[in-house]
Amino acid sequence: MTAQPLLEVQNLRIDLAIGNARFPAVQDVSFTIEKGETLGLVGESGCGKSITALALIGLLRPPLSLAGGTIRFNGKDIQNLSSAEMRKLRGNRISMIFQEPMTALNPLSPVGRQIAEMFVLHKGATWKEAERHAIEALASVRVPAPDRRVKDYPHQLSGGMRQRVMIAIALACGPDLLLADEPTTALDVTVQAEILDLIRELSAAKGTAVLMISHDLGLIANMCRRVGVMYAGRIVEHRAAEDIFRTPSHPYTKGLVASLPLLGARAQHGQKRLQEIEGVVPPVADFPVGCRFNPRCYAATDVCHVDDPAVTELRHGGYVRCHHHD
Amino acid sequence: MAAFLLRRTLQTLPILLAVALLIFLLFSVIPGTFASSMSDDGRSVIDAQVMERMNKEFGFNDPVHVRFGKYVAQLAQLDLGMSFRTRQPVAKVLAERMWPTFILTLASMIFAIAIGVPLGFIAALRPGSWVDTVSMVGAVSGLSLPKFWLGLMLMYLFALVLGWLPSFGYGDGGLRYLILPSIALGVAPLALLARTTRAAVLEIMNADFVRTARSKGMSERKVVQWHLARNALVIVLTTIGLQFGTVIGQAVVVEKLFAWPGLGSLLVDSVTLRDIPVVQGAILLIVLSFLVINTLVDVLCAIIDPRIKYS
Repeated sequence: MTAQPLLEVQNLRIDLAIGNARFPAVQDVSFTIEKGETLGLVGESGCGKSITALALIGLLRPPLSLAGGTIRFNGKDIQNLSSAEMRKLRGNRISMIFQEPMTALNPLSPVGRQIAEMFVLHKGATWKEAERHAIEALASVRVPAPDRRVKDYPHQLSGGMRQRVMIAIALACGPDLLLADEPTTALDVTVQAEILDLIRELSAAKGTAVLMISHDLGLIANMCRRVGVMYAGRIVEHRAAEDIFRTPSHPYTKGLVASLPLLGARAQHGQKRLQEIEGVVPPVADFPVGCRFNPRCYAATDVCHVDDPAVTELRHGGYVRCHHHD
Repeated sequence: MAAFLLRRTLQTLPILLAVALLIFLLFSVIPGTFASSMSDDGRSVIDAQVMERMNKEFGFNDPVHVRFGKYVAQLAQLDLGMSFRTRQPVAKVLAERMWPTFILTLASMIFAIAIGVPLGFIAALRPGSWVDTVSMVGAVSGLSLPKFWLGLMLMYLFALVLGWLPSFGYGDGGLRYLILPSIALGVAPLALLARTTRAAVLEIMNADFVRTARSKGMSERKVVQWHLARNALVIVLTTIGLQFGTVIGQAVVVEKLFAWPGLGSLLVDSVTLRDIPVVQGAILLIVLSFLVINTLVDVLCAIIDPRIKYS
């Protein structure tokens, strides 16, 4: 492991503006990603994992805004970069894959052209050279007959193929960091596996670090060595993937692990087959006082309704944010 | 493509028939005939026998469905009939009046597009800025101004006070005569196009693929040029097509006001005189041009947007 991590996020805070009021949609989020490493961020819809990624690539738009913290990329603070400087990083050193391959591509532009843009923007290529690179890029994400597919429009491709195109775009410039925001959520299960394999393989080949964002703990555990569990704008538990499964510490993580469908012993116990966590993530403007998980927590006591739990380092690495952690 | 155009052409036939029928029914309900309209204003008294003979000659004594049948049979031979008033073929009357209306609607739409679309774009790219506020307040006002009032104000200012432009008439058909009526006619579509363009651009601004474009690290200018403009254009084009139809319809008021010798003023005169064949012909021509323009727009949209199929 190198001395200096690729990405160091410290006390990230993202505000959501509603009228004149501002609410912290993401708060005190800190993590690091080493060069070539894959870090997982897991959590329910609305927990702030996607906007964390958008903040890293500088694409937060009103009503969301970066309200604090530092983002150190390759040893350089990037949270205050000018938009021109940020554009040189964006797509080039940090790139992003989005959840919806159906809408993430311009419907009126051939996919080859949309890949070629990357080489024109960041590599100073002419359109002609860029078109040729685009064919190679399509071949690298294993799209069959890439020389013909480059002329296709997005609507002529399946969801899986479009996500491959997105991957080709994101990895075109060989970035240091790939932000993958639920890259397989909208896809069929069989296609999911192919896309994940592709991301894993290509990022390994190019030495690209990946921030893998998903609501699917199983998928995250499969792809990542370390995992951050997010709840209501905070990382509530951050540990090695295998520890998360074996000895989840935060009651929320326990709930997540228990809600995974299992084949085998537990699957036979009638109604107990699938556990759920009661309730939903509170809206940003309505985060409860004290621990934000307290309305849904089975272990909540008085202290949880008053005090926001601080970070506790765990003995075998990682940390948890809970008054009653194991 | 050829099949698409053929199908669209065939589709126009029932529409034209329905329009013809509608006009026939209307004129059978409203009181007065060509013959009576000549005497009703009191200027000329027509002998009852003459009136009876005219009614017979023009076929007003037949029931509506018989007259309609005859008219459709005529239409099938591409014959629009004779004007009651001038005894000239309707086709010839229309041909004379078509050009001025064509020029007027085209000029006012060019005026509307050339200013409205860029204005909407700028407003959307800087929401909340003074350009946005001023142009959108202007757009609402532009939509609500009555055309005859606007026309009168234009005449007053540019013809009477400043004396820059002729106040009315077709003159020699030169550009000077065209300017005021096309502005009067073009302000409403300009306002509507500015609003539509702004809404379209704002909507696309939030589209996922625009976020993708930004994530690639391109400047906002390139985002607009490479990704946003074409997508907005499809929406704007459709509005332009529909606005053409509205403008041809509204040309009636403006032509009358500016004494512009086009289809609109012909239509108004012919309605007052109950010169039904001319009214029929003029409306059919207007409807037909509306259909042609919208087919053209559909073809253009299909060229820009590969998802639109000719089917």
